[in-house]
Amino acid sequence: MLIELEELQRQAESELKKSKTEEELLAIKTKYLGRKGILTKLLRGLGDIEPEERPQVGNRCNEIKATLTAAIENALKARTSLKKKEVLLRDRIDVTLPGRRIRFGREHPVASVCKDICDIFAALGFSAVQGPEIELDYYNFEALNIPKDHPARDMQDTFYVEDNIVLRTHTSPVQIRVMEKQRPPIRILSPGRVYRPDSDISHTPMFHQIEGLLVDKGVTFGDLKGVLTLFLKQMFGGDTALRFRPSFFPFTEPSAEVDIKCVMCRGAGCRVCSQSGWLEILGSGMVDPEVFKNVNYDPEEFSGFAFGLGLERIAMLKYGISDIRLFFENDWRFLEQF
Amino acid sequence: MLVSLRWLRDYVDIRIPLGELVERLTMAGLEVEEIKETGPAFTNVVVAKLLSVKTHPETDKYSFCEVAAGEGIYPVVCGARNIKPGDVVPLARIGATLPGGYTIKSSKIRGAVSDGMLCSEQELGIGADASGIMILPRDLTIGLDLAEALNLKDTVLDIGITPNRSDCLSIIGIAREIAAITGSVLKYPDTAVSENEQDIESITSVDILDPDLCPRYSARIIRDVTITPSPLWMRRRLEAVGLRAINNIVDVTNYVMMELGQPLHAFDFRFLEEGRIVVRRSRGEETFTSLDEKERILEADTLMICDGKKPVAIGGIMGGLDSEVKEDTKMIFLESAYFAPASIRRSAKSLGMSTDAAFRFGRGIDPEGVIKALNRAARIMAEISGGRVCRGYIDRYPQKVESAGNILLRRERVNEILGTDINAPEIVSILESLEMKILVEKDGVYRVTPPTYRVDIAREIDLIEEIARLYGYDLIPATLPPVSVTAVTTERQQIVVDRIRDLIRGSGYSEIITFSFISPESAKLLGIREDDDRRNMVKIRNPLTEDQSVMRTTLISSLLETMKKNAHNGCLDLKMFEIGRVFFHREEGELPIEKNRLGCFITGMYYDDLWSSKIYADLYDLKGCIENIFDGLKIAGLEFRSGHREAFLHPGKSGGIYVKDQFIGFLGEVHPDILLKMDLKNRAYVAEIDLDIVSNMFSGEVLYKDLPRFPSVVRDVAFVIGREMEADRILKLATEMDKELLEKVSIFDVYSGKNIQEGQKSLGIRFVYRASDRTLTDDEVNQLHGRVIKNIVDLTVARIRGEEI
Repeated sequence: MLIELEELQRQAESELKKSKTEEELLAIKTKYLGRKGILTKLLRGLGDIEPEERPQVGNRCNEIKATLTAAIENALKARTSLKKKEVLLRDRIDVTLPGRRIRFGREHPVASVCKDICDIFAALGFSAVQGPEIELDYYNFEALNIPKDHPARDMQDTFYVEDNIVLRTHTSPVQIRVMEKQRPPIRILSPGRVYRPDSDISHTPMFHQIEGLLVDKGVTFGDLKGVLTLFLKQMFGGDTALRFRPSFFPFTEPSAEVDIKCVMCRGAGCRVCSQSGWLEILGSGMVDPEVFKNVNYDPEEFSGFAFGLGLERIAMLKYGISDIRLFFENDWRFLEQF
Repeated sequence: MLVSLRWLRDYVDIRIPLGELVERLTMAGLEVEEIKETGPAFTNVVVAKLLSVKTHPETDKYSFCEVAAGEGIYPVVCGARNIKPGDVVPLARIGATLPGGYTIKSSKIRGAVSDGMLCSEQELGIGADASGIMILPRDLTIGLDLAEALNLKDTVLDIGITPNRSDCLSIIGIAREIAAITGSVLKYPDTAVSENEQDIESITSVDILDPDLCPRYSARIIRDVTITPSPLWMRRRLEAVGLRAINNIVDVTNYVMMELGQPLHAFDFRFLEEGRIVVRRSRGEETFTSLDEKERILEADTLMICDGKKPVAIGGIMGGLDSEVKEDTKMIFLESAYFAPASIRRSAKSLGMSTDAAFRFGRGIDPEGVIKALNRAARIMAEISGGRVCRGYIDRYPQKVESAGNILLRRERVNEILGTDINAPEIVSILESLEMKILVEKDGVYRVTPPTYRVDIAREIDLIEEIARLYGYDLIPATLPPVSVTAVTTERQQIVVDRIRDLIRGSGYSEIITFSFISPESAKLLGIREDDDRRNMVKIRNPLTEDQSVMRTTLISSLLETMKKNAHNGCLDLKMFEIGRVFFHREEGELPIEKNRLGCFITGMYYDDLWSSKIYADLYDLKGCIENIFDGLKIAGLEFRSGHREAFLHPGKSGGIYVKDQFIGFLGEVHPDILLKMDLKNRAYVAEIDLDIVSNMFSGEVLYKDLPRFPSVVRDVAFVIGREMEADRILKLATEMDKELLEKVSIFDVYSGKNIQEGQKSLGIRFVYRASDRTLTDDEVNQLHGRVIKNIVDLTVARIRGEEI
């Protein structure tokens, strides 16, 4: 009897293996485990078996039933999940097709450089202020110690609106406007558009400057070096080498031009730095006593420094742009790259 | 300014390598912008000695020569006749290149081998003489490279001279700086003159009628000069610093100007009527032909150098054609003067003449260097022209040129400004190296008198700059300024602009920056009316081009131009914005009004992917972007009204933008006529908003409202109304009815077509009711909703869809 049982199990399992469809599985289930199934019948007929054999055969029968039930259920489950998968796979799409996106708006490189600089100086306590783009000659020149017929006027060709009204040639007039209204301490930045009649690969008649001014008691040239070093290292990286070189601006004295090691050739000399290894980045200096007198500050009581830089120049260096005119052509193929 | 190193070495010992010299000059404020190695235009030409010269047996056209050039002896066939054995001559060897790019090859002439070529000055490009072979001094080393033997190689530095340093516009000025920087001794050039017996006062006279413009005028007479080309050494030096050699007299004036910084002028004495000079202002409208052969009309106040009758030079700017030095000139009247800088600058500018002389006078020359330069030039003229200098010189100096002196300098102040601790001996030593005279008033307090050529030094701060410059900027320690507690206050305007920039970029718009000046025609192109304020444009007097000659009063034309330029490049799908100012002319003499504006546009496809959705952007895309901005700024009460008209916008697809009844800008589809004029194919939508008004509305405050605790009741109704009626009307009527329980009214559907009568449209509106303190009952909602609907129906003659009449 036991031998027959083993044979029965083998037969059921082999049928299970062969079965492919859900229907076949269900048929096997009915054949062995159904109400009239082989195993059901066997269990029902246990009474006919010799009493000494009965417990052993009964146990075995139950074991086979449990194993078989589990195997059929598993096979059924596998079948369903396979079917589900097939259905999902029928819904397949081409994931390599491009995504549907709304282009994000690009930041103009000049605007982005402007923001970077303002952020760095904001952390140093500098507030950004605005001033008129069309200025009185007084604010653009005279108050900044650039009298009429002074050679320093040659440094900045000027667009004139009237005899005494110009398109500002730098953002420095904002200094004067602020100092006229406010007593030290002063820490300001004035970013904005400026204008000079010049147009070629490295000049556009309109461009952007940021001017900074710090006035307080006991401000020194060393402080100018400290603040600008801090700024340039943040802007161009902590290992940027820089140098302060004597120069001339009518509204500062002593004046300094600040150079950084050329970002292109690392100081070896290249076209960008005209073989010098250095790049002019900004102009700066201690506020000239004449300027203080023009705004009724006592130069013996207060001292300070000012600096100015061209945003396009910084952006050109940062992104490797060689033609300044690109900034104002607003070609999408240019803007798209930022 | 170009500076020849070879020339510099005449006055100062340079004991440091070139690289270091360049670095130290730059770090002292004389920025070396370029270093040029210069040399002759030939290669492989050597010094050679003629051993024999034989004429050809058949023709006297050629000579057969044997020349020694160091290691070998070469046969050379030569056509020139001025040579004899023993002469030292330049030999272009095989492989040599000569100016004009031609190369020497071995050749056979009349059966004789010629292994090289003997050259004339002209052939070598170092002189004008083409009459024969250049005969070299006999003491040159045979076989030596000619460029080396004649010292033709030089290093030329291009130094950027800042406008304050007029004292550095000369070789001696740069040499002085090098001496101060490196501690070398400066050697001034020799100004001793040997004179003849004839006294200058017996020959000529000088009268200064306008000493305010010409405080000092000096002169010398040089007789019996012979006009020739200058010697090679002088020509080479002039060329090295960028000047053209002319003749031995004019060249000397230029040479001494470059050497000492004092511009000079040489007149042919024959052409000075009455043999005298009168210095005076032009009387206005005087005509005069300058050296450059241009006839000029001289305005009143221009300083003239005249003879007894007429102008002979524009003082300090340019000499006259009539009295210039000519080939047969025999007697020179040499001028060395000091002219008032401001007057020279004004005249040079109004005449449009930027000469080397005007540049130097305009920046201020050394008033006490006038005689030195006069003597120096007379000396060299005599030397190279065979002339004789008459005894004495004229020096009219009716008005003393004030030089700064006894400037107070405090050591404490020096260190206060620089943040240093420079000691007294160091300060004194720096100032002395710059030829300043120092009196010690008391400990740490000095009276300093700068040399007269330093016209830029008049105040204590000027001295402090000099100390800093020579002490070395790099030695000044970097420190941080004292902390004064000040709040960083960002202007509200700036906050708003920054936020708008972020918000609009979030909607996919890219920032552009266009020029603030535009074409005066653009207002006309946009159809802006004559009486519109936007016609009050600020005009630029000296624009670069006509289409950049007025300041814009709207951003729209710049936006359209940008669209057009991009369309040319095939970029048709764009979303862009600009934040910038517009300018309105007011009164003459008054600053224009400046306003901050946001301009934006959208055109072409809304999405980038062509394969999936081909949706063209429309007005609602632009409007949504603006709604987003105001949502982001938390400014409530934004409205769009169809009443506002702009000539450049589609009349049926445009409107004004308002916040709480205040007009802040407009938006709309660009008028088809404008698109046509601008050659734009795709429809485009533009908007312009006044940011000054928006900034004033901005508070930045956000007040949180509790989330609702009770459920809402939603009712949808479709109204059928006339097509002309605006959706806004219905929404407003609904919201006005109840402010307490009607939480939100929104449009969920707009439909016209099948089942809707011609000329009508169906507007699906969703009403959301909610109470903050309880769950609304059906009855309550039904009653309220009924009233709201009835009100709308009554006031608009709307019909509820599905309810037949």
